[in-house]
Amino acid sequence: MTIGNGTAPPSGPDGAVLEVRDAHRTHGVGPAAVHALRGVSLTVHPGELVAVMGPSGSGKSTLLALAGGLDSPTAGEVRVEDQPLGALDRRRLARLRRRRIGYIFQNLNLLGSLTAAENVALPLELDGLGVRRARRLAADALAEVGLSELGDRFPDQLSGGQQQRVAIARALVGERRLVLADEPTGALDSQTGEAVLHLLRRRVNAGAAGVLVTHEARHAAWADRVVFLRDGTLVDSTAPLASAEQLLTGSGR
Amino acid sequence: MSIRHGLLALLERGQMYGYQLRTAFEESTGSTWPLNIGQVYTTLSRLERDGLVRSLPESEAGQRPYEITDAGRADLALWFATPISRNDRPRDELAIKLALALTTPGVDVRSVVQTQRSATMRTLQELTRLKYASDRPEDLPWRLVLDAMVFQAEAEVRWLDHCESSLVRHRPAGPGPAIGPAPVEAVDHADEEARR
Repeated sequence: MTIGNGTAPPSGPDGAVLEVRDAHRTHGVGPAAVHALRGVSLTVHPGELVAVMGPSGSGKSTLLALAGGLDSPTAGEVRVEDQPLGALDRRRLARLRRRRIGYIFQNLNLLGSLTAAENVALPLELDGLGVRRARRLAADALAEVGLSELGDRFPDQLSGGQQQRVAIARALVGERRLVLADEPTGALDSQTGEAVLHLLRRRVNAGAAGVLVTHEARHAAWADRVVFLRDGTLVDSTAPLASAEQLLTGSGR
Repeated sequence: MSIRHGLLALLERGQMYGYQLRTAFEESTGSTWPLNIGQVYTTLSRLERDGLVRSLPESEAGQRPYEITDAGRADLALWFATPISRNDRPRDELAIKLALALTTPGVDVRSVVQTQRSATMRTLQELTRLKYASDRPEDLPWRLVLDAMVFQAEAEVRWLDHCESSLVRHRPAGPGPAIGPAPVEAVDHADEEARR
């Protein structure tokens, strides 16, 4: 695990997209306190997909919530594109989350009263982007996940796998540099689940940084590096594989 | 398996000589199971001795083709029709190693588990990469071979996770019956493998 020196330029090619430094997260105080994370450090660079594995309660989802600015560490620091999240006020944090970070959850959270395209465009519109531009970016994102034709459908008119792809399009829309996925293949059959990983992998190969929380080794195997959490600490990590970006380009053929 | 049955299956497509058989064998397993030509010829001569294949006259180029006999065809059909027995597989060295690690003084079992898991995970990453390096329809046979290896590696990682959780609850046997249920189960599993 590399720890950045913090002086890398925010947009430099070698700058890490995500840096978690010695993060602790404790719920409650005193003897009843629950230590969800006990000093975890994790750095993810552009073009790198890191899988986080561990049993239930090991702190996987907490780590992801800290990385995405949905929760803050009790001690330690989280930086996204060199911005310390703890130093941002609520508005700037919300903007960073909407613009730069994409979330893929097992629970899709699609709004049933909006079409697929409207669901995907929503974060951009909330961000103040004009409707037409937001819709155009949404159409791009839907094309990226292979749903160009289905933008006008409502979620209940789509299959489970298609709904998941809409949720992914929403996570990837615009210029997200950090994609966070929490058991994104949850309820899907194995073929559809692999299609989800394929999409995640492709966006990462195109230069985003990705963190994938999963308890399935077969899915974690899509990552460049796998780290193992137990009881709030990283106990182990695989060495990064060479030429990670070759996974989908098929140049090894 | 049996290289025997592999060669019989290939000869069922038509007559072939040794080098052709080797190439076809490796193609159908995506080179995950390399054969040397010596193995091919040794196997062919045993198959011929048992009447399952017959050698044909040498070609002008000096190559001797083989063809499958009716007895060979029957043997092949039986092989496809019979499920593979777990007992025919090699013993699980890893299970035995962990069981021994647990009872050998001075061995850090958790570290053995973690080292193995990282190594298996890495294998799984490499297999996944190989699998997606090609998605042509004609690659299906060897993608399925890769899938088998993927599922085996995945099962091993799950088992190692299980061992790690069991170790957390485990208290080494002191002067009383203090061994928890889970590690005993792991030892039983290894014993079962060892008895084979």
